[in-house]
Parts: sequence; structure tokens; C-alpha cells
Amino acid sequence: MIGTLIVFYILAAVIVVSSVLAVTSRRMLRAATFLLLVLISTAGLYLLLNYHFLAVVQLSVYAGGILILFIFAILLTSSRGDRTEAHDRQRMVWGIVTVVAGIGITTWVTLKHKFLYSDNPTIAGDQQIPVSRIGHALMGTDKYEYLLSFEALSILLLACMLGGILIARKR
Amino acid sequence: MIPMSHYLIVSSIMFFVGVYGFIARKNLLAVLISIELILNSVEINFSVFNRYLYPDHLEGMFFSLFGIAISAAETAVAIAIIINIYRVAGNIDVRHIDKLKH
Repeated sequence: MIGTLIVFYILAAVIVVSSVLAVTSRRMLRAATFLLLVLISTAGLYLLLNYHFLAVVQLSVYAGGILILFIFAILLTSSRGDRTEAHDRQRMVWGIVTVVAGIGITTWVTLKHKFLYSDNPTIAGDQQIPVSRIGHALMGTDKYEYLLSFEALSILLLACMLGGILIARKR
Repeated sequence: MIPMSHYLIVSSIMFFVGVYGFIARKNLLAVLISIELILNSVEINFSVFNRYLYPDHLEGMFFSLFGIAISAAETAVAIAIIINIYRVAGNIDVRHIDKLKH
């Protein structure tokens, strides 16, 4: 029990620190590496929530696929060193004001609101979801089943694959 | 049991750090990394709400799954566009991209 809590706080600290570093780092490759740390720690959060399938998808799609795309793009588009970006004081100040106000408001609302069941340990059960249930829900057509959105998503992926090839090919 | 609000605070910090990057950065790829942070925090929220409030259902988890897939598609197209912009304009600084045609 206490071990779960410690693991959660380690993951939370990694997420917070790495996401701050990912958006403030001047070197793009470092930013991508910190993004990788954030995504892997998010997969750890899914494991803590007992969503094993979601954690595997997060690791394979985000950390395995999208990060490779990012690193390819960074290496392809960094010409004269990748630290060319200059500071813009006004935007930074406005950004920090927005962020502090936003985090303050959402944290205040979250802590003030009483969620139903949120303190009941028996409800948020410790059993993991069987993959067969996920598969049936993904391939079914009844209520709470997602065949249509699954197929729409496959068409979307095909379309954006073709679009990516068309946009980025050499003419 | 970890309180639900802790997850929500972590994901809201991640969300607003992404918003900061979206406002303050000027490299297009850095903006894209910020968008990834925002989407990721939203997916954490979906699965946390599902696990804590409706543990018998799977809707939040499926929203997270579809969100991951859609953000993969979005990233692929965005990176193709960014590479094309780099080829045309020579850099990917948002301040210098102010023409639709050349």
C-alpha cells in the first residue's frame, strides 16, 4: 500500500520535472528525450491504475512510434545548431501568468469538489481488465461497443499515412 | 489507495505546462511537443475518471485508446507539414512563417 504511494509520487515527480524541462529546454533533442520520460511515466500511471493494455499501447505507440517521428523531424530540420531560438520576455511572462492561474484554479476546484466514490478503496478494484473483454468491446456493435469508431479510426490512419507521404515527398 | 485528486493535479500540471510551451515556444516542433503533453494529460484524466468513478465500465479507457491513436495520426501529418515548411522556408520558426505561397 505504502509502496504504491511511493511509486506514484516518484512517477508524479518525474512527470512534473520532465514536462517542465521538455517545454523549457533550448535543445530540441533534449526536449524530445524529456517528452519520452513523461510518456514512459504516464505508462507507469496507467499500470498503477491497472490499465495494463493501455500502458502497453502508450509505450508502443507514443514512446515507440511518435518519439521516433519527433527525433527524425528534429534531425531533419536542425540546420545551424538547434539553439537558435531567442527569448521573448512578453510571451514568457504571459505564459507563466496563464499557467500559474490555470494550475491554481484547477487545483482549487479539484481539492474542493467531493467526488463520489473517490475515497472508497473497494470500488476502484485491483483486478486488471481481461484483454478478451477489451477485444469484444472493440469489435462489437452493441451498446458500449466500438466497432464503428474503430473502423473510422483505421480509415483516418490510412488517410493520414497517405497525406503524410503526399505532403512530405520530394517534388 | 492513492486519492483521485492527486492524479488530477499531476495531469493538470502537465496540461498547463503544455499550454505554457504552446504560448512561449517558437520552434514548431516544440509547439508540437507541447500539444503532445496536453493530449497526454487529457488521456490520463479519462482513464482516472473511469477507474475511480465508474470502474465497471470501459468508456474512459477506450477514449484514451482512441485519443492515443488520433494523436499519433495528428503528429504524423504535422511532422510531414513541418518538414515541408522547412524545405520551402529554410527554418521552422513560427515568427518567420507568414506566407501562404511564395
